[in-house]
Amino acid sequence: MTVNKWTAANVARRVIDNEELFILDVRNADAFADWKIEGHKFEYLNIPYFELLDGVEEILPKIPTDKDVLVVCAKEGSSVMVAEMLSEEGREVGYLEGGMKSWSSYLEPIKVADLNNGGELYQFVRLGKGCLSYMVISEGEAAIIDAVRFTDVFTSFAKEKGVEIKHVFDTHLHADHISGGRHIAAETGATYYLPPKDASEVVFDYTALTDGLNVKIGSSQIDVNALYSPGHTIGSTSFVIDNQFLLTGDILFIDSIGRPDLAGLAEDWVGDLRETLYTRYRELAEDLVVLPAHFMIIDELNEDGTVARRLGDLFKDNHGLNIEDEAEFRSTVTDNLPPQPNAYEQIRQVNMGKISPDNDEQTEMEIGPNRCAVR
Amino acid sequence: MNITKTLDAKGLACPMPIVKTKKAIDSINSGEVLEVLVTDKGALNDIPAWAKSGGHTVLEHKTEEDVLYFYIQKA
Repeated sequence: MTVNKWTAANVARRVIDNEELFILDVRNADAFADWKIEGHKFEYLNIPYFELLDGVEEILPKIPTDKDVLVVCAKEGSSVMVAEMLSEEGREVGYLEGGMKSWSSYLEPIKVADLNNGGELYQFVRLGKGCLSYMVISEGEAAIIDAVRFTDVFTSFAKEKGVEIKHVFDTHLHADHISGGRHIAAETGATYYLPPKDASEVVFDYTALTDGLNVKIGSSQIDVNALYSPGHTIGSTSFVIDNQFLLTGDILFIDSIGRPDLAGLAEDWVGDLRETLYTRYRELAEDLVVLPAHFMIIDELNEDGTVARRLGDLFKDNHGLNIEDEAEFRSTVTDNLPPQPNAYEQIRQVNMGKISPDNDEQTEMEIGPNRCAVR
Repeated sequence: MNITKTLDAKGLACPMPIVKTKKAIDSINSGEVLEVLVTDKGALNDIPAWAKSGGHTVLEHKTEEDVLYFYIQKA
């Protein structure tokens, strides 16, 4: 039997198209429990590869023959070994090229909407890490918001679309993933914006992203309006795009809200978080479509793979927007917080420009699930 | 600690450090100690987990200049 090589893009298609897949994850049990490839219709078996060194006969009855089977490990090597063993037993299976490392890196661009005069809004879904980046395109120009570190994905996409990247924004100083923002700006000559309140320690030049800042994209003048919305960080800023879309950064998600503790100041910022979610956002039109910078669980994906929902619907359904009692709100977002993201302090240092780890070290820092939210 | 055998698995990528560690353990007697040198960072979690599943004991583990050292006593 042949062993098929699957790319992360092949797996992403299965997730987005809601298709079945049987994943044999051969990493150790802790790694699997912490973080795995999530799919609506995926089934899983976790057996560490080192328990299969003497053969795979014992697990054959647990491996289905009526659906596609994909063997996954951290970097690829062990999954190839196990896939070949299964193949020798007459099973047709695949392995994931690059393992969980490549899954963590993969970005799927999905169109969210057509804007006026041929403009377009794209969401770049990083399924393995739950990061969402955005590109607004209009008549030869583009703006990017919350770009992850795989800068060539964005620059190639812009080239493909025949647009020049003019503005690059980060809604805040990220703590869970390494930003590609300033590198894209340096490469393309675009302006890089960061909220000054998050940037007191950064060691590079940037343009201040302040409340009320307005930039227009292309000759059809698609509006990108900044709205100061602190709470996840003190500088956190949202964007209203084309009067239709609200990019919330890490303040408001589909099924959760931002956590105020990743810069170490939960007690100080919880009041800002409350003010943003319960006052500032309440003053906005309910028909705005919320586009966050993260998703936490696969159920937050829409049928087309995008992560987007009407603000008015979130006011009804998102638990974090419905805690009337202020003391209870305070306790929800400061006590019993989930574990902090892997290497979040180092990641903040990278995003400030204070340390410059190589690509492998950056990959290592970003391993694991996204943990920017409180549910 | 009395080391019976040393396995140099430096530069090898997963799964080879574990494959070789298993072979080396198979070649020593119960109670004897195997020293393993490895550079693949995955080994940090995988060697203890593998040892536990086979009932072996990791007596000591240290990191020196990017090399991980494990001292495994055979069950």
